[in-house]
Amino acid sequence: MKRVLEGSQAVAEAVRLSRVAVISAYPITPQTHIVETLSDFCAQGKMNARFLRVESEHSALASLIGAATTGVRAFTATSGQGLALMHEVLHWTSGARLPIVMAEVNRALAPGWNIWIDQTDSLAQRDTGWIQFYCESGQEVLDTVIQSYRLGEEVNMPVMVVLDAFFLSHTYEPVDVPEQEEVDRFLPPFVPKFKADPAAPCAFGPLVPPAAYMEMRHSMAQAMEEALRCYPAMEEAFEGLFGRRYGMVEAVHCEGSDIVLVTTGTVTSTCRQVLEELRGKGEKVGLLKLRMFRPFPTDEIRRHLGGAKKVAVIDRNFSFGASGIFAQEIRAALCNEPGHPPVFGFVAGIGGRDVTADTLKGIYEHVKAKESPDRESVWVGLQEVRNEA
Amino acid sequence: MKLEVLDREYMYPGHVACPGCGAAIAMRFLLKTLGEKVIMVLPACCWSVIAGPYPQSTLKIPVIHSAFETGGAVATGVRAALDIQGDTETMVVTWAGDGGTFDIGFQALSGAVERNENFIYVCYDNEAYMNTGVQRSSSTPYGAWTTTTPGREWKKMRKKNIVEALVAHRIPYAATANIAFPEDLVTKVKKARDTKGSRFLHIFATCPTGWRIPSEMSVRIARMAVQTNIFPLYEVEDGVRYTINYKPKEFPVKEYFHLQGRFQHLTDEDLDHIQDMVNEDWQLLLRKAGERTP
Ligand SMILES: Cc1ncc(C[n+]2csc(CCOP(=O)(O)OP(=O)(O)O)c2C)c(N)n1
Ligand SMILES: [Mg+2]
Repeated sequence: MKRVLEGSQAVAEAVRLSRVAVISAYPITPQTHIVETLSDFCAQGKMNARFLRVESEHSALASLIGAATTGVRAFTATSGQGLALMHEVLHWTSGARLPIVMAEVNRALAPGWNIWIDQTDSLAQRDTGWIQFYCESGQEVLDTVIQSYRLGEEVNMPVMVVLDAFFLSHTYEPVDVPEQEEVDRFLPPFVPKFKADPAAPCAFGPLVPPAAYMEMRHSMAQAMEEALRCYPAMEEAFEGLFGRRYGMVEAVHCEGSDIVLVTTGTVTSTCRQVLEELRGKGEKVGLLKLRMFRPFPTDEIRRHLGGAKKVAVIDRNFSFGASGIFAQEIRAALCNEPGHPPVFGFVAGIGGRDVTADTLKGIYEHVKAKESPDRESVWVGLQEVRNEA
Repeated sequence: MKLEVLDREYMYPGHVACPGCGAAIAMRFLLKTLGEKVIMVLPACCWSVIAGPYPQSTLKIPVIHSAFETGGAVATGVRAALDIQGDTETMVVTWAGDGGTFDIGFQALSGAVERNENFIYVCYDNEAYMNTGVQRSSSTPYGAWTTTTPGREWKKMRKKNIVEALVAHRIPYAATANIAFPEDLVTKVKKARDTKGSRFLHIFATCPTGWRIPSEMSVRIARMAVQTNIFPLYEVEDGVRYTINYKPKEFPVKEYFHLQGRFQHLTDEDLDHIQDMVNEDWQLLLRKAGERTP
């Protein structure tokens, strides 16, 4: 049924439909509407779940380690500082091979308290062994949470569903909320291979000497490759039931285009509009929306970007001393392809600043006018800062 | 008094604790009393090692090893998962060292107890971070040498009173116990088992390696800690009803200190000062228990 929902409510509906049994979370703006809605669902009996009101994000994820190890489907949500505080436990989750799903609302990191969008929080957790999806709409958020349980449980890895602060978490849109029976057909009950059970005692996560640790890490690497292999069948099943598919990446007019813009999150929607306008004027421009970031869909990226003359990546994040993080990864994916296009990096919309159609048009004009990038990153729309001595 | 515990052992021989390890003795009594319907949460501590490296396990119950500061939180999740699956019988027990309890894990423990999570939290107290090589914790007593309080920098702060901190949460059951008093220990484990909500056991567990004592002195020194009132045996129900389980005939603290390498630098004056502090703490406890003070 179509309903008008906030992005945060779309997350909560998906968690309910996924029959999550234990939810544990700590409030932080702009994640709060997710956990408030889920608290209501639990209080009203709309969900048969325990909601743990723990005293920190660190404990939120740690408690889910306990719950998932004891055999149930688990969920948490956080943002910015909260995700940073969870860091140790993020590694623990993937190392313990627990398919916990988290909604992560991108929020800028302090100091300079800033509750608005910036992707550096989730990208800083790139190497923690979580599958990561970056979403564009309320519908995509709902669908991705449900897909994440199926994919994560197939390969025993945790999944982070990332959404933009406010632009997505607090924006109302029509969202098709599927029926429970339909979701049940897509997502079977969680049956872990192992769980903590006094009838079959074993030790979880003990001391592991060098003779075995490396193989355990390698099996995590393989699980991520497996996630890439499982993805198409998972999405086909989803499309068969719900009529929607997103892809690990979405290529819009990439073929035959001279310049391809690469985006993530809600900037993509703005970019779609700009694309139509520019193409209407005869410009050969395409768009690649990057949706799955871990595991990184290298082959897909090579396929869609390899033929372009120039690539422009828009990053709402930054790795200090290097460049925008998506741009870095795209460069790395392309560098072993003979004759690959130059990659221009643009940093825009940091800390909640708008990325407007004009911003994107300006980026396009910049790339069109230049043969090759003269810097790894161009910060877009910076105001002049005067330093008083 | 006959010790009423199960004949069965839930600890395999061949664990890797040091000879005389108080924490190994404490674990053995705990499991013999609780039986096999237990899931144990084990934050980083000496016991992370004693429990055996992959693919072995020292214990015959499921053990969830966890991050150092997560004893209260992981147990919360295990309990929730058991409850929602309809298993109210299996007990959840966190087993942590003093560092994982008094210091880095205190927030998660306080949170769990404030929520009155239905589990038993056991802190085996060897009065320092032993796993990492005898560094001071907030449980390290006044006067002690550790590798981070060496030479003249020996610890000048009092030991944190963890039981009182938990009593302030109005925890349904909190008790101290000691490896040299197994009957008392077993009685308290049973009482904890039969109480609902959060339960806390603070078990004094000697560490021959860290305390610089011969391993055969382990139990004797543990006993002296009670006899001198350094570590009184008592319990508190619902945060208000105090019971002192053992009233010693005031032994002076001096010998307890003389026997341990970690206290060798202390002067007679220091020991007099420590004696005063011990007396003061004992009087305070008597008052809380509503007992007459001299
Ligand atoms: C976040 C974090 N910091 C530090 C450590 C290192 N560490 C492991 S065990 C330990 C000390 C444990 O002390 P305690 O809880 O008293 O247990 P004991 O080793 O004395 O039995 C430390 C500091 C860790 N594992 N995790
Ligand atoms: Mg210790």
